[in-house]
Amino acid sequence: MTSRHPRVHDFATDFDHTDPAWVNDPYPIWEDLRQRCPVAHSERYGGAWLPVTHDLVSEVAYDHEHFTSRSVVVSDRRPGPDDLPAPIGLSPPISSDPPFHGLARRMLLPAFTPKPTAVLEPFTRDLCRDLLNATDGRDSFDASLEYAQHIPVRVIVKYLGFPQEDADLFRGFIRLVLEEVDLPEEEREERFAAVDEYMDSQIEDHRARPRDDLTSFLLEAEIGGQKLPVEHIRGTMTLLMIAGIDTTWSAIGASLWHLAQHPGDRRRLAAEPALMDTALEEFLRAYAPVTMARLVAKDFDFHGHPFKEGDWLLLPFPAANRDPAAFENPDQVQLDRVRNRHAAFGLGRHRCLGSNLARMELRIALEEWLARYPDFELSDPAAVTWSAGQVRGPRRLPVTILGRDR
Amino acid sequence: MTFRIHVDPDKCQGHNRCYSVSPDLFELDELGMSSEVGAGLVPAGQLSLARLAVANCPELAISLTEMTAAEVTETAEATP
Repeated sequence: MTSRHPRVHDFATDFDHTDPAWVNDPYPIWEDLRQRCPVAHSERYGGAWLPVTHDLVSEVAYDHEHFTSRSVVVSDRRPGPDDLPAPIGLSPPISSDPPFHGLARRMLLPAFTPKPTAVLEPFTRDLCRDLLNATDGRDSFDASLEYAQHIPVRVIVKYLGFPQEDADLFRGFIRLVLEEVDLPEEEREERFAAVDEYMDSQIEDHRARPRDDLTSFLLEAEIGGQKLPVEHIRGTMTLLMIAGIDTTWSAIGASLWHLAQHPGDRRRLAAEPALMDTALEEFLRAYAPVTMARLVAKDFDFHGHPFKEGDWLLLPFPAANRDPAAFENPDQVQLDRVRNRHAAFGLGRHRCLGSNLARMELRIALEEWLARYPDFELSDPAAVTWSAGQVRGPRRLPVTILGRDR
Repeated sequence: MTFRIHVDPDKCQGHNRCYSVSPDLFELDELGMSSEVGAGLVPAGQLSLARLAVANCPELAISLTEMTAAEVTETAEATP
């Protein structure tokens, strides 16, 4: 994807996470910044900061006094004081601050523990097999477009209780929210309104016909003995849909991208299924898709940098995961890495709510893929493209199936 | 040597890594937050799993400590 912004010449003073250099390969940029800064600054987006070490990323993640989550996607439009009903925010609880954050999160947590997540496993496995069946007889196809991207969208659509045929609709929404952050603001607003409209129609439909799904769960949920206002329900539904799709699609795609280029890892994982647990965590560490963001809540000095209220801060968990101060040989993918305190799902109170769901999907997607296609490679490494913005994953991933005899 | 494992409830954020690597040593509440099973005594055969849980907690919420002889006795008496 080409950025609509001017090219970056120095990421230390003018970084932009939509710049092609960052999109194609952010890891050397972060390593360079770790040695030179390690807090970069940019005047873009109205002023933004970027810490790149594990220590600094952790520090920000745990600091709810100086940073607010009111907006977690950096774009040209910063929320003003009247914009969002703080401390709830646009899409609770990701956009909420304590103490409201704790209430909104607590309400959702039971729906995302390993147990309810496991209920979706057979659906996910069948889905993966169906997608692989559709590639039958072809030597080459796009593993991102024909496999990875369909898995999380259909799982979350199933969990929210939306019609499966609407799955395609959501991918447009998600691109808008997460990738097209450099579109003109009016255009973004118009398209956001369409998302709200869709959610409202689902809320109405579920009010009329309650069923056993996440949308009905939200309609029944209470905070302090009160049912949730419709803005809260709509915001959370939008969040679950968006947060659950692009991210896991990226993790599945990046893992397959790695395996396509590393025959040793591929064969080892196919031969030793018990390795899947550590391998999965290692893929999540090395190719963590999600960079979060905060807004500076008040003026203060952050390790010698004059942070001003309203400044953006990009919170790059993927950079923390490549910090040599926190991980041995961080740029090496070791499927049996024993010590792996990676931050792919964030740190602190905003830990990814759907981490159990994401892990389940990633594990089943890889298991089913390797069972069907133990040997494959990139058809053309130069044809692989990566998403721009705060969620990183391969969006075009043409692969060639090797030794096809089944 | 007896070891005790403990999850700091103020630090645990429910990543569930400990439960995933050593399900016999940890249990999850209805919110998915982890705590040690019982008094947290680590059976001899499970020490490496306990260490694995410590090494994989992103929040550094898990501690593994060696117990003194007095503590072992005390715990044995307190636990039916």
